[in-house]
Amino acid sequence: MLHEHKLIHAFGALAELGQEITNRNNFQETIRTSLHLLSGALGIRRGAVARYSRFGHELNMLAVRGLGEDFPLSLLLTGEDERQFLSNGMAPIDIGEAQVLPFFQVHNVSFDQRRLELFVPLVVRDEIVGAIFLGEKATGEIYTSYDKEIICAMGQHIGVAIAQRNLMAEIERHSEENRRLFDEMRSTYHDTVKAFAAAIDCKDKYTEGHSVRVGKFSEIIAAELGWGTEEVEGAAVAGYLHDVGKLTVERKIINAPYRINAKESAELNKHPAVGYEILQPIHHPYTDVPLAAKYHHERLDGRGYPDGLYDREIPYIAKIVNLADSFDAMTTDRPYKARRPANDVVEDLTRNAGKQFSPEIVTAFLSGMLKELKGEDRTKRFRRLLGRDYMEAEGLATKVKYALNELAPTTPMTYIAAAGSVGSQTN
Amino acid sequence: MITDTATAVSAQLSTETSVIYAGDYLNKLTGEQIEYECRRRIDAGCTDLIVNFSKTELVNSIGISILLGVIDIAEKNGAKVAFSDVNETTVELFDMLGLTKHVNIV
Ligand SMILES: [Fe+2]
Ligand SMILES: [Fe+2]
Repeated sequence: MLHEHKLIHAFGALAELGQEITNRNNFQETIRTSLHLLSGALGIRRGAVARYSRFGHELNMLAVRGLGEDFPLSLLLTGEDERQFLSNGMAPIDIGEAQVLPFFQVHNVSFDQRRLELFVPLVVRDEIVGAIFLGEKATGEIYTSYDKEIICAMGQHIGVAIAQRNLMAEIERHSEENRRLFDEMRSTYHDTVKAFAAAIDCKDKYTEGHSVRVGKFSEIIAAELGWGTEEVEGAAVAGYLHDVGKLTVERKIINAPYRINAKESAELNKHPAVGYEILQPIHHPYTDVPLAAKYHHERLDGRGYPDGLYDREIPYIAKIVNLADSFDAMTTDRPYKARRPANDVVEDLTRNAGKQFSPEIVTAFLSGMLKELKGEDRTKRFRRLLGRDYMEAEGLATKVKYALNELAPTTPMTYIAAAGSVGSQTN
Repeated sequence: MITDTATAVSAQLSTETSVIYAGDYLNKLTGEQIEYECRRRIDAGCTDLIVNFSKTELVNSIGISILLGVIDIAEKNGAKVAFSDVNETTVELFDMLGLTKHVNIV
């Protein structure tokens, strides 16, 4: 009987929600009403509905109930979060399980204090459009599978409302005038980023052009991964700015013509965290630039710094920059170490796939290189960055093919296990 | 307009006790005015809020959400909330959704 009552009440809410959304009222009001209907359907005391900005890669709260005024109104997502959302779809996730998501780790304390219990990604036609956060029920009971079904059904409606709104915004954005303004803003941003990169590289006389090259390598990787134009630009920016924290490290440490001691290295190792502090307050139109700076020295096996994160905890963009950074360190002369031959470097990347680097990213990078070596790609991206002679090292194409095969064997017969070795050293 | 209604249908018993009439606008987005009104009363020193349902026939999901908001505001500010003149169907609904765990029905 009780169950029946609950069902009738919840269906009433669902019907009203459907009506609200088709009525095309004011968007903000529709979302606020939606949150009321969802909370009221199940007696949920706290919650929020957020819209996902593909542009800023963040969840922006549209309606918040009972979570207090200091609840974060904008949550930055990493590439990893996005992948997880997409593979999860609309199913509600218990907060305990959501804790592996990088963005959750950033806000864990805040979510915990507010006793959030459920998190629902809103995915419409394979695109993330938003998310719902839900706190405790007034009964104090945990969410049942029946509750979750209702939430999922209502979430679908809310997701569609947001998707519709996005479509409208898209149409508006494409109007000519807006397009022009947008392009201007974007080019100003790029100029600023490049100026910053130049400033960082100035400080380090031995690794001249490092930031710019890391930006370009990151760009190549993102493009090879099949990312869209905006995301590729974002990856480039993340690379340009990854070492921005070095601006606060003493010049003599950066330029030390010898291997630095422990104290100096502790000082240098602060640069990712400092970089994050510098970049976080800036509104970046692309991807997760601040997190790329913060985590570009993390390793898949948890042996990196500053936080010793493991594979899934590391934002995807940081993994890309890490590879680009390491690759540049290996392929340029350092005060205490000459650049290593191309064949060696390819071997190193392969050996450390799964330890330091993401195998998927190494594969993307090497595929890009192979295309150029085989003449399929005539843009000379690698030659421009590494010099012609370097790229014409004997047997390089074969080496790369062999490496790609090791990373992703097509048949078990051709599989050769990667031998263990310590990763490359970068700063 | 709703602000006016909310003010008009509410009565002040003493500084500490306030009665707010839920009416039927509780069931629409405009019902958020009830939350504002409660907040205003509490800020003015009210410690006992009474939400009166004599003019409310039924409460829908939006209404429930608004009432949960009222409960939240009161709890955060150390005030008490009671619901009065609630019909039987609505009491059952409040029971089912856990509202009665947080308020007295008088
Ligand atoms: Fe670097
Ligand atoms: Fe670095």
